[in-house]
Amino acid sequence: MNIVVLVKQVPDSGLARQLDAQLRVDRNGANNVMGELDEYAVEAALQLKEAHGGEVTILTLGPDQATETIRKTLAMGADKALHISDESVAGSDALATSKILAAALGRFEWDLVIAGAESTDSGMGIMPHLLAARTGVAAATGARKIDVDGTAVNVEHQRDNGYDVLTTQLPAIVSVWDTINTPRYPSLKGIMAAKRKPIETLTVGDLGIDAAEVGAAAAATEVLEAADRPPRSAGQIVTDEGEGGRALAEFLAAEKFV
Amino acid sequence: MTDILVYVPDSGKHAAEVLTLARSLGDVSAIAFDDAAASLASEYGAAKVYRVNAAGIDDYFVAPKATVLTDLARQVSPSVFLLPSTDEGKALAARVAVVLDNGLLTDVTGLETDGTARQDIFAGAIIAKSKLAKGFTLATVATGATAAAPAPAEAPVETVEATVSEDDQRVKVAESIDEPAGDRPGLAEADVVVSGGRGVGSADDFALIERVADALGGAVGASRAATDAGYYPHKFQVGQTGTTVSPQLYLAAGISGAIQHRAGMQTSRVIVAVNKDADAPIFGMADFGVVGDLFQVLPQAAEEIEKRK
Ligand SMILES: Cc1cc2nc3c(=O)[nH]c(=O)nc-3n(C[C@H](O)[C@H](O)[C@H](O)COP(=O)(O)OP(=O)(O)OC[C@H]3O[C@@H](n4cnc5c(N)ncnc54)[C@H](O)[C@@H]3O)c2cc1C
Ligand SMILES: Cc1cc2nc3c(=O)[nH]c(=O)nc-3n(C[C@H](O)[C@H](O)[C@H](O)COP(=O)(O)OP(=O)(O)OC[C@H]3O[C@@H](n4cnc5c(N)ncnc54)[C@H](O)[C@@H]3O)c2cc1C
Repeated sequence: MNIVVLVKQVPDSGLARQLDAQLRVDRNGANNVMGELDEYAVEAALQLKEAHGGEVTILTLGPDQATETIRKTLAMGADKALHISDESVAGSDALATSKILAAALGRFEWDLVIAGAESTDSGMGIMPHLLAARTGVAAATGARKIDVDGTAVNVEHQRDNGYDVLTTQLPAIVSVWDTINTPRYPSLKGIMAAKRKPIETLTVGDLGIDAAEVGAAAAATEVLEAADRPPRSAGQIVTDEGEGGRALAEFLAAEKFV
Repeated sequence: MTDILVYVPDSGKHAAEVLTLARSLGDVSAIAFDDAAASLASEYGAAKVYRVNAAGIDDYFVAPKATVLTDLARQVSPSVFLLPSTDEGKALAARVAVVLDNGLLTDVTGLETDGTARQDIFAGAIIAKSKLAKGFTLATVATGATAAAPAPAEAPVETVEATVSEDDQRVKVAESIDEPAGDRPGLAEADVVVSGGRGVGSADDFALIERVADALGGAVGASRAATDAGYYPHKFQVGQTGTTVSPQLYLAAGISGAIQHRAGMQTSRVIVAVNKDADAPIFGMADFGVVGDLFQVLPQAAEEIEKRK
């Protein structure tokens, strides 16, 4: 079974993140990491490969430095990667991103595409359905569990209040939440092996897409302004010296919650 | 007045919020696939309801509903089309966007009549204003963007008959499992949420969080550290990869306040924290905080609240 994993490099969500002067995500800092949910997608693909054989290919659209993230996926155990890197893509909206990823997916044979349920920078959580609508392939998203049996795919689609069992046939696109597995760390051997694994790099032109169809100029969405969230006004903090619980109850009573 | 199309999935609070926001922008035409959703639309001021009948549509995942919404959007050609920012709402919006070749805005926390949307990005650290430069305003609305306010009206109902095409039958919903909700209010809908984190230390000790929640008539929540450790089931997780809540009161006990947790609760009206570490980031956003051991503070607070009730 051949699997493509969609991996996006993002600024570390645990650190301060910024927009640049053009109100785009500042990706120039040193804090770039693999999309935190994409790690679960890579792990899910590796487990399926271990069970069913085949190959795991990473697909990334992003600037040159995204190679670091690709190397990490190869060190985890992915076999090869396709990296779409092109200056003209900067400022693309989600629709243009999906156009490029769909074209890239058209370059090889695959049975299953696995994505993170959402990226951890812009976090729209829509890429798999954009791709499904573009390619006509089935999408069973938001998985907390995936089983493949022959050509049948079973997904437990996580909901706030339970889950749905979705069934479909390969080829399919799935996306995963962080409940699905525990991603492995790359081993030293994996890190060494990753250096020899192939990464193909292409531009959007190579995919047959005109640069004018992507990037900021083509985007339907426009960010007008951005500002830091105003801090909440400082609250009252007390230290418990035996009466902290009562003080808490009094505050709640004053606010009419009791 | 401007034509606003709204997808109403059910009769829940989030759907009511989206209808309330939509009403402030123009005349609302609601799309409902069942009677409960249709009557919510009337209750929240829709001027018209498209009541869709499509046999078997719930047996298939997302695709057939997307086709119905796309067809209606084509027919109505609205200036604004709003859906709730749920997994389903986003999936539907994405498919409508591709087929109609229209941009889309997700997770908007506000929308003005000129189409300017507010988006809280980077887990809410930055607030951006954005809009669609072309096409109609297709957007999914975050929970808590607006306070739901009823405006009962007798909206005329137009029945729409639809069929599920073979293409849209690729992903079957084989089973739908609802985990028992228990006696407490639902997490996303509750006015009061009392959450425990790693600091609670064990599944057994979550009884203390439940006791405080029950004293306040609230729901129980948990941080990912607590759900990962098996202290409490995952469906109660609050945060980026859990449920987003926006209650009147959020009480966090033994929770440090990591950015992914804040993403799911920072729009709560009043935030209260109990943590033994005075430097925990949660105190930076708390209206009231107690620096102390939750095993001392919470039992005393619960007793006091129970006494005053
Ligand atoms: C402030 C701000 C607001 C924005 N608002 C909007 C908006 O409302 N509408 C809009 O259209 N665009 C918007 N954008 C642009 C948008 O973030 C990008 O176009 C982005 O490509 C959308 O994808 P996402 O990361 O949100 O994807 P998601 O749908 O969250 O991604 C899900 C998964 O898809 C895969 N994936 C996503 N991107 C890539 C990639 N580049 N390479 C490989 N795999 C990938 C990953 O597996 C990821 O986990 C905004 C940008 C900013 C800075
Ligand atoms: C992709 C991704 C998604 C994530 N999604 C979520 C999410 O949806 N929700 C979420 O919550 N997290 C999420 N996280 C995890 C998040 O980064 C934190 O790890 C998590 O929120 C920490 O939980 P915590 O505050 O309970 O634990 P900790 O950070 O370990 O904090 C425990 C706190 O308890 C206090 N404490 C300990 N004992 C006591 C005591 N006896 N009395 C009082 N205080 C005590 C400590 O001082 C400490 O502040 C996500 C992370 C990633 C990478």
